[in-house]
Amino acid sequence: MERIWSNIQIMIDIPVLTMGMVIDGLLIGGIFALIAYGLALVWGVMNVKNLAQGDFVILGAYVTWWLYHAGLSPIVGIPIAFVVLWGLGWVIYKLIICRVIEHDLFTSLLATFGIAIVMQQTMKIVFGADEQTIALNLESFGFFDNMLTIQPTRLIAFIAAILLAIGVITFMKRSRMGQAIRATAQNPRAARVMGIDTEKVYSFTFSLNAAICGAAGGLISLIWEFQPFIGLIYSIRAFVIVTAAGLGNLAAVIAAGLGMGVVEQTGAFILGTEYQQAIVVGLLVVVLLIKLVISSRRREVVE
Amino acid sequence: MFHYKPLLTSLALSASFIVAAPVANAEENTILLGAAISLTGKYATAGNHAKVGYDFAVDKINAAGGVKIGDKSYKFTIKYYDDESTPARGGQLAERLINQDGVQYMLGPYSSGLTKAIAPVTEKYKIPMVEAEGASRSLFNKGYKYLFAVLSTSEQYLASAVALAADVAKANGKDPASVKVALAFENDPFSLDVRAGVIDDIKKHGLTIVIDDKLPRNLTDMTATMTKIKALKPDLFVVSGHSKGAGTATRQIAEMKLSIPMVAMTHCESADLVGKYGATANGYLCATQWAETLTYKDPMFGTAAEFNAEIKKTVAAYADKSVPYQLAQASAAVYVFKDAFERAGSLDKDKVRDALAATDLATFYGQIKFSEAGNNTAKPMVLRQIQDGKYNVVAPTAFASHKLEWPRK
Repeated sequence: MERIWSNIQIMIDIPVLTMGMVIDGLLIGGIFALIAYGLALVWGVMNVKNLAQGDFVILGAYVTWWLYHAGLSPIVGIPIAFVVLWGLGWVIYKLIICRVIEHDLFTSLLATFGIAIVMQQTMKIVFGADEQTIALNLESFGFFDNMLTIQPTRLIAFIAAILLAIGVITFMKRSRMGQAIRATAQNPRAARVMGIDTEKVYSFTFSLNAAICGAAGGLISLIWEFQPFIGLIYSIRAFVIVTAAGLGNLAAVIAAGLGMGVVEQTGAFILGTEYQQAIVVGLLVVVLLIKLVISSRRREVVE
Repeated sequence: MFHYKPLLTSLALSASFIVAAPVANAEENTILLGAAISLTGKYATAGNHAKVGYDFAVDKINAAGGVKIGDKSYKFTIKYYDDESTPARGGQLAERLINQDGVQYMLGPYSSGLTKAIAPVTEKYKIPMVEAEGASRSLFNKGYKYLFAVLSTSEQYLASAVALAADVAKANGKDPASVKVALAFENDPFSLDVRAGVIDDIKKHGLTIVIDDKLPRNLTDMTATMTKIKALKPDLFVVSGHSKGAGTATRQIAEMKLSIPMVAMTHCESADLVGKYGATANGYLCATQWAETLTYKDPMFGTAAEFNAEIKKTVAAYADKSVPYQLAQASAAVYVFKDAFERAGSLDKDKVRDALAATDLATFYGQIKFSEAGNNTAKPMVLRQIQDGKYNVVAPTAFASHKLEWPRK
């Protein structure tokens, strides 16, 4: 308890450090928002809660890392990871997801949980269990006598995440496929009546999500170390963000993603690095409780 | 102990024959050692290092005339099983080695977890086991009588870094109490063992702890700890969180432009700090059990450097990479058995056990002398500093090949 107070005292005494953590949190929060957006897409359109979300991310990281060691810059590697994961997403949809989409919640949860386990073990066999990372060893930008440092890789990742998000959003708003996806999300039966091939929409949506995860994983490979079994914490973060922000509310997803980055950084500083992931799960509980209270107050008409 | 079932297969027959008559081995002039080792599963890489070490020592000792007991000489052979890196399997295989294969003397498995699973079995059958790969101190507070470990236990891993920091402070005319220490340790049994040793030495030398962070098992980000370092400017930063802890810390110290005069960690080699992070890892202190540049030697394997050179020559897999300490300590374990057999002058396992307990042996791997609890208290942990991308021994100073570079740049 005493330690917690002294940590808070440091944050107040040296505001530039606090600023550093907030900036850092916002930068990594951009990537979390991206992963969460993909999850919200699949959840909203197909009502499938993808527990393998984080494992798609880690596979994207491995693809980028593998290409980097084959001599390809991450600037090329990340788009390739996007394409590779798109293909994998399509295969997984055709093999498994299309069979569980009409069933209840637990079938799709179990199916995606199974996919997660298979992916983890396969990555372990193919790439080994060691931690990997792409260390570009770029010099950080230092301000205020290096009390505030901004890492170029995080900045690049943040910008790339924003560009990708803008691209996806424009696609969803403007293109025929984007409109079809939104129509299917609103009412699949009506969409089918209007001549939309919902099967195609589903396979496209699932592939798009996998591709977004692949690109996000590529960005993560530039920032952190990863290994085959670390995907779960990215899944949990995405679930917390989507649960807090709700489906179909993009601005809220981005805000929640950035907020999560900041809460994680400052929370870990105050409580200790040990609690960094506990904070994420703790947030989920808080969010669910708040939602419960709100929904119990709202009166709905029973039809 | 013996399970004679009504239907004896020929296999069981021959196995029980060996159990009933270990003397049969003696007539063939061989001594059978047993080992369950991780040849597959998550410890496979390190397990294979250990196996190469065992095999190399056996070949070397046999070629040099074997083990001389009285006027007879015996050759070592090892019966291996693959424990698949799972403790439950390790325990079963130890039972099988002892009951079916008639093994009377055991070599250890890889990792503390496997050793913890096998030690109760060898203890039950009163089979002496010399192990080389289990460093957890929890192995040595159970009162085991038949367990002997040639390596330093985990609480010794980074304790010498604390002593080194205190020495540097004194050499610069400062009070050790003015040395501020930041700690970041993973919350797992190994790292907490390391931490316990560090805390003991901090108390002994009177240093001041300013940061004491624990790291989660699924560590990805240490920004929070690093920010505290920015605020409190410690003189010594000690990290232990397996290879991900070493890698993440190295990366983020550079990324956040921290200048810490002394940084000490475990798992530098397995995290491949030099390969991944290049010059940013320069100046780090890394704990290791053994290094080929140490000036230890013995009549069987020669000096540490000669051992290293011979492994590189005979085992193709190590020709172009450094010989890991896991391999060296496995060879040392076999050598300890040879010495104990010769001093016992007998194949009786209890006499061998007593001889093991009285071991005081100089080896290429370091001095080996067992405490009452069975751990080796004679060999210090070695600290290597990364200097221009090379691991150079800087402590203990008596065996060091290079001088400590302080402060690190």
